[in-house]
Amino acid sequence: MFNIKTYKEAGSVKEAIKLLQENPQARLIAGGTDVLVKLHKGKGQFHHLIDIHNIAELDFINLNDGEDLVIGPGTCFSRVEESPLIRKHIPVLSEAICTIGGPQVRNMATIGGNLCNGVPSADSATPLIALNAVLTIEGADGLRQMPLEDFFLGPSRVALKQHEILTAITVTRDNYTGFHGHFYKYAMRNAMDIATIGCSAVCKVEDSVLKDLRLAFGTAAPVPIRCKDTENKVRGRRLSQNLLDVITESVVDDVNPRTSWRAAKDFRLQIITTLAQRVVKKAILNAGGTIH
Amino acid sequence: MNRTIRCTVNGKKKELSVDIRQSLLEVLREELGLISVKQGCAAGECGACTVLIDNVPIDACLYLAVWADGRSIRTVEGESKNDKLSRVQQAFVDEGAVQCGICTPGFVMAATAFVEKHQGQKVTRNEIRRGLAGNLCRCTGYDTIITAVKKSLDEDFFCYDENSGGRRFRPA
Amino acid sequence: MAIGKSVKRIDAVAKVTGRARYTDDFFMPGILLAKYLRSTIAHGRVTKIDTRRAQRLPGVERVFTYKDIPQNKFATAGHPYSLEPEHKDVEDRLLLTRHVRYWGDEIAVVVAENNIVLQEALQLIDVSYEEYEPLVTPEASLTEGAREIHAGSNNIIGESQYAVGENIEKALASADVVLEGRYRTQMCQHCHIENHIAYAYMDDLEHIVVVSSTQIPHIARRIIGEALGLPWGRIRVIKPYIGGGFGAKQDVILEPMVAFLTLKLGGRPVKMDLSREECMIGTRVRHPFDVKMRTGVNKDGTLVALDIDALSNTGAYASHGHSVAGAAGAKSRALYPRAAIKYHARTVYTNIPAAGAMRAYGAPQIMYAVDCIIEEAAQRIGMDPVEFRLKNVARLGDFDPLTGKRFESCGLIECLQRGKALIGWDEKRAARPKKQTGPVRRGLGVACFSYASGTYPVCMEISGARIILNQDGSIHVQVGATEIGQGLDTIVAQMAAETLGVPFDRVHVVSTQDTDVAPFDTGAYASRQAYVASNAVFRAARELKAKILEHAGRVTGILGGELDISNGNIVHGNNPANNVVSLREVALDAYYDKDRGGQLTAEISYKTRTNAPTFGCTFVDLEVDVPLCKVNIKEIFNIHDSGVILHPVMAKGQVHGGVAMGIAAGLYEEMLIDTQTGYIYNNNFLDYKIPTTVDVPDIGCEFVETFEPTSGYGNKALGEPPIVSPPPAIRNAIWDATGVQINELPMTPHTLYKHFKKAGLL
Repeated sequence: MFNIKTYKEAGSVKEAIKLLQENPQARLIAGGTDVLVKLHKGKGQFHHLIDIHNIAELDFINLNDGEDLVIGPGTCFSRVEESPLIRKHIPVLSEAICTIGGPQVRNMATIGGNLCNGVPSADSATPLIALNAVLTIEGADGLRQMPLEDFFLGPSRVALKQHEILTAITVTRDNYTGFHGHFYKYAMRNAMDIATIGCSAVCKVEDSVLKDLRLAFGTAAPVPIRCKDTENKVRGRRLSQNLLDVITESVVDDVNPRTSWRAAKDFRLQIITTLAQRVVKKAILNAGGTIH
Repeated sequence: MNRTIRCTVNGKKKELSVDIRQSLLEVLREELGLISVKQGCAAGECGACTVLIDNVPIDACLYLAVWADGRSIRTVEGESKNDKLSRVQQAFVDEGAVQCGICTPGFVMAATAFVEKHQGQKVTRNEIRRGLAGNLCRCTGYDTIITAVKKSLDEDFFCYDENSGGRRFRPA
Repeated sequence: MAIGKSVKRIDAVAKVTGRARYTDDFFMPGILLAKYLRSTIAHGRVTKIDTRRAQRLPGVERVFTYKDIPQNKFATAGHPYSLEPEHKDVEDRLLLTRHVRYWGDEIAVVVAENNIVLQEALQLIDVSYEEYEPLVTPEASLTEGAREIHAGSNNIIGESQYAVGENIEKALASADVVLEGRYRTQMCQHCHIENHIAYAYMDDLEHIVVVSSTQIPHIARRIIGEALGLPWGRIRVIKPYIGGGFGAKQDVILEPMVAFLTLKLGGRPVKMDLSREECMIGTRVRHPFDVKMRTGVNKDGTLVALDIDALSNTGAYASHGHSVAGAAGAKSRALYPRAAIKYHARTVYTNIPAAGAMRAYGAPQIMYAVDCIIEEAAQRIGMDPVEFRLKNVARLGDFDPLTGKRFESCGLIECLQRGKALIGWDEKRAARPKKQTGPVRRGLGVACFSYASGTYPVCMEISGARIILNQDGSIHVQVGATEIGQGLDTIVAQMAAETLGVPFDRVHVVSTQDTDVAPFDTGAYASRQAYVASNAVFRAARELKAKILEHAGRVTGILGGELDISNGNIVHGNNPANNVVSLREVALDAYYDKDRGGQLTAEISYKTRTNAPTFGCTFVDLEVDVPLCKVNIKEIFNIHDSGVILHPVMAKGQVHGGVAMGIAAGLYEEMLIDTQTGYIYNNNFLDYKIPTTVDVPDIGCEFVETFEPTSGYGNKALGEPPIVSPPPAIRNAIWDATGVQINELPMTPHTLYKHFKKAGLL
């Protein structure tokens, strides 16, 4: 049995917000694959739960009127991964998601839970950051939106107030149209593993020119990050091996990996630089570019 | 902290009083005696407790029992009919995919879901491997398990059984 | 005829239907749960422990600490009792300890109604420690003046050596080339999917019943008695189906505690069910080894000398202790029996989890070092590594250089030749460029091993079998040997069917061992059971067959000597097609005739006094992605000489599982310890990387069948050996691909990074 002290089931986002306000100790549970593991390990901060597992309004994937792609944070990974909309418009997200855990976990774990945990290794974070995803957050103070990239404050810390819930993840039309990408998860195993380094590249190529590049890394800093300096350096340049070498050199300054028992900083840097080159190259190829 | 839930377990309707603190694994084992649901890690890392919820495999150790309300649950106990093994079960037996057996029920259920989902499709060994990546086995090195799933897929043996609330295998 | 056929595994249906019952599947109303309070330091002494708050928590039955337990020091290793005091296992355990020796040591135990109460009660126990410096490496624990982890031990638990052939220094001096090397192996965990679990109850005032997931029920019974200071006969151990052991359950871990608790709680049932996290640190691990090697070779490819000096780390408690290093030396001796060998080993205590038996018992550690230096020797003299091995490995007609026993079967040369052909060794080597420079490079590797089929002559080898003709002519077999997933029950049924002359499906093997009724056998370890049980089953079946024929003679009036049993019928010996009478008719007569017969049964307890060496090799073809520091196995083959293969499908299953474990030991698995505190970082399946379905390649497996005359059916050991040679074969292939020698396990990306960097590849 899980050591749950109080349990309230929320039927709607509004109700969940109300319940969160009523109990400052309460935490949300959606897919359960993180919260229940923490309870199993005796972590006290999850004794009071508000269950949003069955809130239908959080479980959707659709295109809005502006053809922006909107994902309900309560959608489980398998549904996101297999969604025809996702596969058509942002296949890089499917690529990333199918590396998460195993099938059973992906059938339960939600994409919103993955983001709200705020771990630097969250596999769904890097493709979404690279796609300039925007979050919609609802709370007692109403509705607000913020770029996903700004959502991560530090290890296991996100810009969510106690009474707030993530209600939508949006990738606007202009952020996926014409873009192609690639994701690579570097881990010690090929499944059921935490990323040592996760890398997403999303790019737009026209006439052998790299019109745009968004490069994101997981576990390369205390939060999932974008390599903005590198992106700025190479945007608009002609495709070449030299361009890839510039990226390899430049990303070192964008990232800030730490030494932990899982991997040392210099090793992570080795993987980061190797992946920067390889993942960007594959993204360029996916975008129809060639590298001479 | 009890609640009443209604669900279907292996084709039978059940009304159960469950503690909100209980995992589905605990309810299936302790209340219903479905001992095939094994606990190996209690953290969603080994898949030994895999059951199907509405024909989708999940780890019963990380599933609150209250979530099962209104759903249909399948465990390996329900897979053999009239003392005849399902084709996946039979393939596990025939291919030597069973050793200590503690991971076997979970593997059979994950494999059953995979086979049902890929009915009529040509799949590779690597695709099977990816489809079963949520189940750990320490005895077999997976080789015979993959072969058993391949064998279950290669033979055309599906039919729809409305009475059991989902797709089922019928022994050929 | 059942031997050699892949008959239907007899427990397969029970397991695919979920009907097979394991320890946790027997429910007892009102059963109490118990859980250890584990230390949060690795080395020290409890100065104060206050359990009053925990004791007062509703739902808590009792709390026991180190103050409340019997003061009988006991040994936990699953070895037979030794009549020789010098061979007794080290008795260094109490049920609970005040002296903390590893991070997670058991200092108290709470008994409660449910796991939530347990969890909360454990948090209510106040403990104060006097902390000592954790000694997590052998270097630290052997430092002059280091605190003794066990009083009077000097932190050394055992030391042994042997030398065979020419004097080692002379042999080395005479060799054309002498090489030195140092090889290190890691702390691994077994990761059987069923965690350690046991429960106990009493059904009278005297007897304690313990149900446990154990490989060794009869040994467990004795050790429970020793730990509690009770006559062994008062203990009854029942072993139902078990979900894997790999050596971690060849140790007595929970059984004495649950027996103690039920005894203290008026015979009420009490269960201990370790969590995965506890199981990873609080049971047993594989001994890390640090092996210094010297070898001498001649330019013509003759291996002249092997000087092996092993330092084995047993961690906090003895468990199997020095036996592992000792056995590793003994079992690897058969591989190069014509060389001068000196083997010296020392085993030390440190403040890491206790190391015990794990699949192949020290052989993976020693064979890794041997295969590494053999590879270096071959390279040094410019000889093909396979040719070098072919020239030097054991052949039929060789002798164990220490015992002088002749190898009665040996197919290693054929194994190497077969593997070489399967992997395409010569073709691939000829086809590829001399020096590879790209980011992704290919390499080929080989390694070989020897192992044994039991523990004789170090330990006594005993096996018991009881075979009964049932009233309906079917056969019941009871053995003391235990099914732990390897397929022993099926093998025993095949043996009995073969010798009795009855169809396989007429034989039922009682899977559960209950020490009150099962014949005596020490259990599943050392890959011994099919070998030693064969000798008991064969003799029991032969005796029962004689009894059946004798009675058939009475029933039919035909002289027993003229009769035989074929396909379950009594036939004329010279005309097997001619059924004289059915087994059922003979059985009915034997049981129910008012004047003659009786229950026809045979029981044999047999001591095997031989120990057949078993051999094999690994060939691997792999790819190394240098910038990503990753290894990708393209092809791997294990080829084994395990004598007659009793059941090809199950035999392959053993090889697949062993190779998968071997690959993982080579490339991923390692218990990661904080050297400052002794804390284990990766005590779960997410962080301790056992391979998933997508991490193991398709595994090639073949057998070179020989006939081993000392075994009942020509068979030799197979359970453990497949794990031994994959790691060194992978290491040799990485060397082949990159030119970098990795002399430590596991060869994770982190390790490769370090070495590639040093070699200038990155």
